[in-house]
Amino acid sequence: MSARTKGQTRSAEDRDTTLEDALRRGAPAEHVGHDRRAALASGGAAAAASTRAAAAAQRVSARIAAEGLADVTYAPVDSPFGALLLAVTGRGLVRLAFPEEDVDSVLERLARRISPRIVEASAPLEPLRRELDEYFSGRRRSFELPLDWTLIGPFGRRVLRVTSEIPYGGVLSYAEVAADAGSPRGSRAAGNALGSNPIPIVIPCHRVLRTGGALGGYGGGLERKQYLLELEGAL
Amino acid sequence: MSSGPPPFQRFLDTHRDAVWRFLVSSVGASEAEDCFQETFIAALRAYPRLRADSNLRAWVLTIAHRKSLDAHRARARRALPVEDVAALDGRGATSPPAPDAALWSAVEELPARQRSAVMLRYVADLPHRDIAAAIGCSEEAARRSLHEGLLKLRKVVSA
Repeated sequence: MSARTKGQTRSAEDRDTTLEDALRRGAPAEHVGHDRRAALASGGAAAAASTRAAAAAQRVSARIAAEGLADVTYAPVDSPFGALLLAVTGRGLVRLAFPEEDVDSVLERLARRISPRIVEASAPLEPLRRELDEYFSGRRRSFELPLDWTLIGPFGRRVLRVTSEIPYGGVLSYAEVAADAGSPRGSRAAGNALGSNPIPIVIPCHRVLRTGGALGGYGGGLERKQYLLELEGAL
Repeated sequence: MSSGPPPFQRFLDTHRDAVWRFLVSSVGASEAEDCFQETFIAALRAYPRLRADSNLRAWVLTIAHRKSLDAHRARARRALPVEDVAALDGRGATSPPAPDAALWSAVEELPARQRSAVMLRYVADLPHRDIAAAIGCSEEAARRSLHEGLLKLRKVVSA
């Protein structure tokens, strides 16, 4: 008698666990309104749901970007250097990051400096991707898309404006850029401003060399600086 | 200095699975997509006002909960006559019912607050305090709704 009672108790508990487990698994994706037919095999169900969630999230990001609800949109773009991360605002290109830069910290900084309304979507970056493709294949000598200078401070702005006017295939020395920017602190300060250029390649800080022609420095590494100068026929 | 929330994309990637599972279980797969979009677009609008230490998971599930209520209200407004429901239902059709089918039908028929409490507790794994905040009631009332909802579901499962 007592054995039977015990047995019943256990089966009631089992039933509770079964109920809670079933709830935790969530409704199968095929549970559509009043159609209560087949569910996915429970093994693949979680992975399938996760894939669907990822696809739905991608559609949300695309819609947010298309409706202009994001303050910053970013996407990876292929280049001879690997995947560059490009970020645009309503004003224009605000950031270009080389592949080795940590995406999370790039985005964190954009969130703090501009707005946390940041989504990944490739459509708004498409014209820019095309211009970069043309540039890297030697068919484009200047970029037409507007820039957003928000991340650049007042001194950096003076230095990088001078830099942005160096023509394709041309070079200036750090001292010349500093002088043109009216830098009271000389070429070292100008060098620092160039080194923290948030939009390399498009603002062509690779066109600034040491007096005498030595490469000097480059935020993306000297190999890339050399590659870009050779591409432009400046070396 | 960094008092704001993380980049929205990271927030979306972190919570998309929980929101999706909650919505599929609460409103069904066919309406989950719309509710999912509405949830995250509403979240985006309010997003810059959040603080870095906000409980983002509970916050976004609260929005999803509201969107699921909207979907249920809309469904009730366009509810079909009983015969049509039976026809759509596939009962007596060739494919056998899924093991959990009765359970999810019963979930759908729970009163809104009980359904939300059960979904937020088991599908979204929220603590009672956050469930209460999401539904907009006391923690005690949330516990009660959860308990009552479970009692009804248990009858279905053990039947």
